[in-house]
Amino acid sequence: MQSSKSIAVKVWRGNAAGGRFADYEVPHRPAQTILDVVTWIQRHADPGLAYRFACRVGMCGSCAMMVNGSPRWTCRTHVNKVIDGNRLTIEPLRNLPVIKDLACDMSAFFDKWNRAEGRFVGAATREQPVAAISPREPARQAADAAIECINCGICYAACDQVGWQSDYLGPAALNRAWSLQNDSRDRNHAARLRAVTVAGGCQQCHSQQGCAAHCPNELNPTASIAGLKRMATAGFFHRARQRDD
Amino acid sequence: MIEFRLYIAQRLSAAILAPLVLLHLGVMIYAIQGGLSAEEILARTRGSLLWGGIYGLFAIAVAVHAALGLRNILREWARLRGSWLALASWAFFGGLLFAGLRAVAAVVGW
Repeated sequence: MQSSKSIAVKVWRGNAAGGRFADYEVPHRPAQTILDVVTWIQRHADPGLAYRFACRVGMCGSCAMMVNGSPRWTCRTHVNKVIDGNRLTIEPLRNLPVIKDLACDMSAFFDKWNRAEGRFVGAATREQPVAAISPREPARQAADAAIECINCGICYAACDQVGWQSDYLGPAALNRAWSLQNDSRDRNHAARLRAVTVAGGCQQCHSQQGCAAHCPNELNPTASIAGLKRMATAGFFHRARQRDD
Repeated sequence: MIEFRLYIAQRLSAAILAPLVLLHLGVMIYAIQGGLSAEEILARTRGSLLWGGIYGLFAIAVAVHAALGLRNILREWARLRGSWLALASWAFFGGLLFAGLRAVAAVVGW
């Protein structure tokens, strides 16, 4: 079914050196997503438009963009939910360098995952039995609350602190660190706690909760960061006591 | 690690300030209920180790807490970094500490 209405879409076109908005008229269709709009433009209006997507079902985290000023996963965002009159403005994610048009360079985002020791470091071999962790365990529940991150970068784009301080690790990396700090199989807790308390670490978060407000999977990285702050503070005084003993 | 130590210092100073601010407000409201003049209040605070200690601690906690808060604002909004950031923060800390302790000294009469 095709509607006769059309959407006035402004799309940011350019590269790291700069750019401008280009205007497109896109047919408005029922159940249309923002990714559908961007794809229509590339297929019917301007094949040179660069953007990134993969799964189209909200699992891969590739298609995040700024839509009418807010970071969103475009494959799961219906036009009707975010359209302003008949206008849409689509830009590349905030806080990340642009490669071309709507495609950002995610290197800094993933580098910070590594800087926050965002990798699981296990000690068990494949010959050993699977660790039995009760779902009722508080640490397991804390990890559960943080675990469904799809690395879309929406929280990173929503975070003012990332914009103010370029070395801030950001909500996603710190949320990942928190989930690993609650993984009893992981053997890198001490090094990870050091990694998230360096300059740009968890202590820089002002708890504004832009990340939690925009996370498409309804995670709360602010709560994870608050957990890291508590853990690091306890560790700080624990170490001070150990030095005194 | 220095950044995290500063974070701890700001939290500790806040923890000191919270009860002291309440105490200060309570004493202030209590003192003016009976219509005490400034001279009468000063007569009670002069030479008092207790009031000197409480307000001395208050002034130190304010200087630490406010200087660290300003340091964050200067870094995030004014984009100050490195030695300029340190210089501005230390200068603000020093100024607040001097003014605060000078006021305490005047109240206690030291």
